[in-house]
Amino acid sequence: MKNKLLASPYIVWMILFILIPLGIVFYYAFTDSITGQFTLGNLANMGAYLPIFLRSIWLSFFSSIICLLIGYPVAYYIAQCSPSKQRLLEMLIMLPMCMSFLLRTLAWVSILEDTGILNSFLQKLGIGPWPLIRTNGAVILGMVYNYLPYMILPLYTVIMKIDPRLVEAAADLGCTPGKVFGKVILPLSAPGILSGLTMVFVPAVSTFYISQKLGSTGTTLIGDVIESQFKTAYNPNLGAAMSLVLMVMIFLCVSIMNRFGESDSEDGMVTV
Amino acid sequence: MRRFNRFMTVLVFIFLYIPMIVLAVASFNSGTDVATFKSFTFSQYGNLFRDDSLLTLLRNSLIIAVLSSLIATVFGTMAAVGIHGMRGKLRKAVMTLTDIPMTNPDIVTGVALALLFAFTGVLLRTNSVLGFWTLLIAHITFNFPYVILNVMPKLQQMDPDLEEAALDLGCTPFQAFTKVIIHEIMPGVLSGALMAFTMSLDDFVISYFVTGSSFITLPVEIYNYTKKPIQPKIYALFTLMFGVILVLMILMNFLQSRGEKDNRGRHTRKEAQAG
Repeated sequence: MKNKLLASPYIVWMILFILIPLGIVFYYAFTDSITGQFTLGNLANMGAYLPIFLRSIWLSFFSSIICLLIGYPVAYYIAQCSPSKQRLLEMLIMLPMCMSFLLRTLAWVSILEDTGILNSFLQKLGIGPWPLIRTNGAVILGMVYNYLPYMILPLYTVIMKIDPRLVEAAADLGCTPGKVFGKVILPLSAPGILSGLTMVFVPAVSTFYISQKLGSTGTTLIGDVIESQFKTAYNPNLGAAMSLVLMVMIFLCVSIMNRFGESDSEDGMVTV
Repeated sequence: MRRFNRFMTVLVFIFLYIPMIVLAVASFNSGTDVATFKSFTFSQYGNLFRDDSLLTLLRNSLIIAVLSSLIATVFGTMAAVGIHGMRGKLRKAVMTLTDIPMTNPDIVTGVALALLFAFTGVLLRTNSVLGFWTLLIAHITFNFPYVILNVMPKLQQMDPDLEEAALDLGCTPFQAFTKVIIHEIMPGVLSGALMAFTMSLDDFVISYFVTGSSFITLPVEIYNYTKKPIQPKIYALFTLMFGVILVLMILMNFLQSRGEKDNRGRHTRKEAQAG
């Protein structure tokens, strides 16, 4: 087939601008910033950043779970609407994704600020002001807010494809509504849950804008550290080492999640 | 249960749209503090259109988004057709290559490209290569997967006999592509192009690492703004863009639903004729 050659410009491009850059990240991660000699020092430094790595993981994991818990009912509701209403609601979920996420996050700053909209409202009611911004909670809120659509859309796609006859059959065979959900609907939506979790977790764990704006020095995430190595501290070698660790970490987290998903859906198949 | 889901959906929509309403309200506020509404004014919109620098940034963003999504769509569609013809290990390798920028966090892609361009700068003995071209290259790179992942399913759904029939009937492979295949995969091509365009227009993280001072896009400048007190005309720009995107989406929604009705009508007519 001559067709295959059509892909060659693309393949060359991706080798040049994806594979080679990743190779350079490797190179920088293993060389010294001053002498340019091979070193394991950058990676050895990672230990000092372990708390930051752990904080990034738990904040973004927590956010992914919240997204799942509030996203699932929404996706389920949309999937049961009439086709025209489905399209409208899907569009309304996608619309925020097209708007500048910087400005939307900034809007949360003016809502949550000490003298912000929420606090001045609470003050009028005689309660508050509360310390809302610069907390872990504010960072989680920012993550959930920004990445919730990435959870709802894959869930909706999967739930919509579930054959309604399966649900009816389960009910006819004596399942309570709770059992229908637990034994049929939930296992069948496992692929959507997994891709939703991944699509929220990956950008959340590597974010630096949300934590800069809604967090404080106590909520520094790994993205903040990488950003500062390239933009203010000028230690690209350390930054490259961190990017490398971040990549490996995400790879591990995602493959663990997929492992869980596989066993889940297999169980589901057996019981169905 | 359904009532609970409905309740959650309403809550989530309020949650998703509150910050945007806050920004839209702020664009009509004569004061600079978002939290207190002083009085209603259109002056932010006037300021916006008098501010050449802001319009230049918007133009820069549009140039990059149009060029990168067009290039990615043309070469990405070609690539999808090529990959569709591949089998076995080669196909798997190319698809893995496509997945890398999708699964890697944006910050890693951005940092990797920044290092590549820094490296090139050293090789060329210039101070910095960052600017229009580096930005364009980066955007094409992260746009490619959106096109390919949208076109591939359409190619797989396509009846493989169609292409063979075209070839048997005397089409050259190129004609078979332009006369038959392209029409079959067009919805995928269009949605891929649209996705690439919006991703490129709103991209901040990758652009931030590969942009130079000579060519800056709107999101990058908004980030720089937020270190100083933000100018209210940005809210006006946001509100305008929100309006444009809303109208575009409603239009698309309308066209889609009309297209479906047309299709349904045609099918039933065909069935009636066949009957």
